[in-house]
Amino acid sequence: MSQPTVKEVLFNPILHNNPIGLQILGICSALAVTSNLQTALVMSAALTLVTGFSNLFISMIRSQIPSSIRMIVQMVIIASLVIVVDQILRAYAFSLAKQLSVFVGLIITNCIVMGRAEAFAMQNPPWLSFLDGIGNGLGYSAVLIALGVVRELFGAGKLFGIEIFALTKDGGWYLPNGMLLLPPSAFFLIGLFIWALRAWKKEQVEQPSFRMAPQVINKEAY
Amino acid sequence: MEHFISLFVRAVFIENMALAFFLGMCTFIAISKKVETAIGLGIAVVVVQTITMPVNNLVLTYLLRDGALAWAGLPDVDLSFLILLSFIGIIAAIVQIMEMLLDKYVPSLYNALGVFLPLITVNCAIMGGSLFMVERDYNFSESVVYGLGSGFSWALAIALLAGIREKLKYSDVPEGLQGLGITFITIGLMSLGFMSFSGVQL
Repeated sequence: MSQPTVKEVLFNPILHNNPIGLQILGICSALAVTSNLQTALVMSAALTLVTGFSNLFISMIRSQIPSSIRMIVQMVIIASLVIVVDQILRAYAFSLAKQLSVFVGLIITNCIVMGRAEAFAMQNPPWLSFLDGIGNGLGYSAVLIALGVVRELFGAGKLFGIEIFALTKDGGWYLPNGMLLLPPSAFFLIGLFIWALRAWKKEQVEQPSFRMAPQVINKEAY
Repeated sequence: MEHFISLFVRAVFIENMALAFFLGMCTFIAISKKVETAIGLGIAVVVVQTITMPVNNLVLTYLLRDGALAWAGLPDVDLSFLILLSFIGIIAAIVQIMEMLLDKYVPSLYNALGVFLPLITVNCAIMGGSLFMVERDYNFSESVVYGLGSGFSWALAIALLAGIREKLKYSDVPEGLQGLGITFITIGLMSLGFMSFSGVQL
């Protein structure tokens, strides 16, 4: 197996191999925290750091881990990192930590972290693994931030809580689309995001499991 | 009693784990192509959730909460920063124990669940449920009911989605939406449907 280069490892996950768009990893939190940009940004930063460092540490001890208990070892490393992030958030940004509620804790079970540890860090040297973690974190962040921008801008006319579009109820021109702040809209937006990504990168399109037969019109019947 | 029934109904319909909080999405999307496997996984989640939630509750009240170690003569110890680590450990351990017990005593169910059992450890719905329990201060009996309800809500959602996806594969979906894209939009519509329960006052 040829060594992947630094650039590949760092930038591929953002568009070519997006963790959310193609690998179906880590979707849970992508939906719940994106109703405004600030929480989306904090969540992305937290996840990127945790993925990067868990990959780094797991890769460092990868030859010492017996394969029968590797899941538990990975779990403990990830959980310890998440505890650190959680405690820092509680200490310095308590109101944000309250808004993110259980979702910081859920980084532990976020499939991106586990998936990258298992798929990449167990076979590659520490520095590359660290970059792979950061790259996948960035791919996740890109989706989260895009969703956060769309949902907050069109749902409330604001970005970071600062007014961008003047709302009609304050005498402006923009009538906010309240539905974008509701949970289901996140699903529609991710669906459309995947559509856009796959329209551009044709090789990611999945083959249908059942193909429609072309419609045959029998002129005789009329 | 009434309190518990309303807690159960709330957990199943209004605060549906999958459709209102988006927990357990990875497995929710990956393993919902067939109704049968979806129901098998759903049952496994209900069982694990109903066992882990009360156990986590006991561990929280007697070991981790601020001042919980008073019975051991250590009233000033606050171990609540260990919540995340111990919960994930407990969940992994219980899943493992259940796998061994089922293998020994109920092999038919063990074979039916197959590969899904170990997958449940990383299902965010289980962990999320336990964290919600901490946040909302449920007591022991409430945690049993909430565990059952939230597990059932997830099972219900995945069975419904699998039913829709089984029919959906015969429809003519635009090329880029094929597979993952259309699944997301379907879940969005289901979630919109479940939101109509949110007006129900209990």
